[in-house]
Amino acid sequence: MELLIKNGVVYDPLNEICGEKMDICVKDDKIVSKVKSPKVIDADGKLVMPGGVDIHAHIAGGKINAGRLLRPEDGRKGTEPRGKLTRACTGYSVPNTYATGYRYAKMGYTFVMEPATPPLLARHTHEELIDTPILDNAILALLDNNWMTMEYVKSGETKKLAAYVAWMIKAVKAYGVKIVNPGGDEAWGWGKNVNIDDSVPNFDVTPRDIIGSLAEANEMLNLPHSIHIHCNDLGHPGNYETTLKSFDVIKGRSNKNRQVMHATHVQFHSYGGSSWKDFESKVDEIAKYVNVKKHVTIDMGQVMLGDTTTMTADGPLEYGLHTITGRKWTNLDVELETGGGITPFLYSSKVAVNTIQWAIGLELALLIKDPWKIVLTTDHPNGAPFITYPIVISLLMSRQKREEVMANVHKAINKRAILPSIERELDWNDIAIMTRAAPARILGLDRYGKGHLGVGADADVAIYDVSPEEKEAKKIQSALLRAKYTIKGGEIVVKDGEIVAVPEGRTYWVNPEFDGKPTKDMLGDLTGKFEKYYSVNLANYPVQDAYLPHPIEIKTKV
Amino acid sequence: MTITDVLCPFCGALCDDVVVEVENNKIVEVKEACEMGVSKMMGHERITTPMIRESGELKETTYEDAVDKTAEILVNSIRPLIYGWSSTTCEAHKKGIELAEEMGAVIDNTASVCHGPSILAIQNVGLPSCTLGQIKNRADLIIYWGSNQAEAHPRHMSRYTSFPRGFFSEEGRKGKKVVVVDVRKTTTVEVADEFIQVAPGEDYPVLSALRAILAGEEDIVPSCVGGVSKERLIELVEKMKDARFGVIFFGLGLTHTRGRHNNVVNAISLVRELNAHTKFVIMPMRGHYNVTGFNQVCTWETGFPFAVDFSRGQPWYNPGETSAVDILNRKECDSALIVASDPAAHFPRKSVEHLAKIPLIQIDPYPNPTMELADVVIPSAIAGVEVEGTAYRMDKVPIRLRKVIEPNHLSDEEILGRILDKVRERRGE
Ligand code: SF4
Repeated sequence: MELLIKNGVVYDPLNEICGEKMDICVKDDKIVSKVKSPKVIDADGKLVMPGGVDIHAHIAGGKINAGRLLRPEDGRKGTEPRGKLTRACTGYSVPNTYATGYRYAKMGYTFVMEPATPPLLARHTHEELIDTPILDNAILALLDNNWMTMEYVKSGETKKLAAYVAWMIKAVKAYGVKIVNPGGDEAWGWGKNVNIDDSVPNFDVTPRDIIGSLAEANEMLNLPHSIHIHCNDLGHPGNYETTLKSFDVIKGRSNKNRQVMHATHVQFHSYGGSSWKDFESKVDEIAKYVNVKKHVTIDMGQVMLGDTTTMTADGPLEYGLHTITGRKWTNLDVELETGGGITPFLYSSKVAVNTIQWAIGLELALLIKDPWKIVLTTDHPNGAPFITYPIVISLLMSRQKREEVMANVHKAINKRAILPSIERELDWNDIAIMTRAAPARILGLDRYGKGHLGVGADADVAIYDVSPEEKEAKKIQSALLRAKYTIKGGEIVVKDGEIVAVPEGRTYWVNPEFDGKPTKDMLGDLTGKFEKYYSVNLANYPVQDAYLPHPIEIKTKV
Repeated sequence: MTITDVLCPFCGALCDDVVVEVENNKIVEVKEACEMGVSKMMGHERITTPMIRESGELKETTYEDAVDKTAEILVNSIRPLIYGWSSTTCEAHKKGIELAEEMGAVIDNTASVCHGPSILAIQNVGLPSCTLGQIKNRADLIIYWGSNQAEAHPRHMSRYTSFPRGFFSEEGRKGKKVVVVDVRKTTTVEVADEFIQVAPGEDYPVLSALRAILAGEEDIVPSCVGGVSKERLIELVEKMKDARFGVIFFGLGLTHTRGRHNNVVNAISLVRELNAHTKFVIMPMRGHYNVTGFNQVCTWETGFPFAVDFSRGQPWYNPGETSAVDILNRKECDSALIVASDPAAHFPRKSVEHLAKIPLIQIDPYPNPTMELADVVIPSAIAGVEVEGTAYRMDKVPIRLRKVIEPNHLSDEEILGRILDKVRERRGE
């Protein structure tokens, strides 16, 4: 099957193509330089970009499903009947798996990273990914509150830690290492929490130690992605200091291909003030740091004003939110490994704090000069559902649009946020970087054909019916919400904003080679943990091949 | 041949340490499992061949004809009900949901007559919970409320709660307090430290009294609530607050007595409030080994956990309206497909009467009362013994069921897949 995408205005930042009128050729599932007898897609005057890459969205697994179960009232929003090709859809902030696949595809996205899987529940995440159509995907495994991790951090046995990380990633078919409130969930096992320099109860290590050691293990294994961290102290006034301290833990490290730390949903970590009363934006400080340092990249975690469902592996945080709102709350501690919580949340334009949170996400994207360092996310569904991306983009591209919103929100935004003073408007190249090229590079997926349109890349392409000169926010939004075409693996999956094909997604997983004595010793320790403390047997723990019907294995060597 | 690490496909405890001896494709011995588990895995009377009822009698037939007859019934009905699911794999659940969607049917599962009220309660207030290993390693106060798990989940206590030694509970049973709250002295009481007897139907006020005491409002609590003295209640609250890690497991004694889901809301609210003082969690004692799995799959595929009506095209969830018993009682459905469950034995009489009247298809490994009413009977292989696949333990931990012997029958998933194909064929798709 051949396609010729003719005369599009192409933005392909990884290949330094910035709004050039040109043709893109597709043969089977790859981008090629020439085609013989292709089906021609007329993209004259339309935007052509690589398929979108979401670096961080809670789309599958125990937490999102607990969110769906918790919120039938959300499920009832956005229901769509079964179509000829499509399954029935439900949900807004907690969409069912089918809605997730279709809606991302309609927005021109073709890859999503599920960023927080408790290893013990990984089978569940993979089961949902099987039922998530179209999207290529991968999962990050939570490895920071694990007893094995903390014990090796404490003993300083980094090689054994690396062996453990390698074994776990392979066992649960994950792509990389996720850190969420390091040490916090272990403390939450006793109803407590920790900050970066506190000692984790009973384990005698600090979050700082955990971050440093996991980064070292991650680099030792040469994983495609760096550690991916949700810092301690999320959501609290004054937490920007913790955030900067967390960034600083590994400031001396580097990697020639990428960052050595990706900090996620930094909007939730850029807060000043000492209480909710004097809560303010500290994006200036965060941006100052990120602008001059090379080792860290971030994503936004943009908040949009409205109702959503918050869910994270940060157990104590969700309990804290529940005590603020009094709304329903689900918690799920996972033995020896991690935790998790879910609670609905309304970000209200009438509430000073929520309004400032909304501003902070945008400030991050606008004050960080290099778009390669900041990825567009809403930490779906924590800041807002992913379906709001087109609105986020229009806000970043239009100062006028921002001013319209700011005129109708809590006035605290004028004093305690920076946004009103920012004039910068992003252009399509910035957007293409923040939604495609940068996330692919940060994940290390650019080397495996994602995030660009060079010859040999995966034929994942989005074509939007909007002129690059378009300034009107509404037009930008509707074009981005319903792509003219989305091509996934060389197949047209969306045409005129409608699903026209539903191929199954593929799951990327990393198989880190790491053998020898540390692995042997580690396996001895691990066997002990299963014999004594886990509630399942070791033999039943690894995710079987049956759960990855379309695997893409990436082998790494030390 | 010895096969280790086998899962027991019987109750929600989903033990995964069973050892099975197989000779000539026959299980000759089952070790580690409890009696119920052993009996399930050793096997008992099976339905041998597909059957179709003709002039009142079930006559043997082929899979092909049974599947075709099923498709015919489904295609000719306006409001089919598809029900069951708690003793089969998630892979079968997926096929069932797809079939329901295709047919515009109502799909429901046994949770609807079991922990349905718990799910409604969770949708009201949430569920502060954890995996069972967390309890094994940490809990020092274990409360079983309205749940006689010594009989329903015999190994629950030895594997996950009262008895095992955990990382922070090295002393095992000695370091843990076990309290039973129930209307009668169940067998669980024999291995507990304390028994609090509640008058039948009085769980709600007892829970309210505990919440009031916890909130420092003990003045408003009368001297005796639901048959329990105020002193006992105050003592229990103190115990809860003093625990390092406490847990309430609740069963049908809470969900199926006066107050139903409100009882569970009250219990969950109590646990929520206890978290201001110490670590506390709560967990429903789910019965069948994969009832949790159906709720999981149905939730991610349709957005809702059970009682999903596809007659509008998109899923509509309104338990009480769209649950199996209600649809049957209103005599609404004009055919029913039952998979891996036995509603004739468990539903109210009125519902069973309607089931008897409509075309009824039964897919199950075993003969049971529902089969007596069925017009088409399709035998299936036993999931977890003859078929592998996914199951979710009561704490939502997914584990893969093992296949230990070769089946002589098709799996539920295969049968449903064939029905789906036939339905599509008949509808000319
Ligand atoms: S407790 Fe339940 S799962 Fe465990 S062996 Fe007995 S019946 Fe099987």
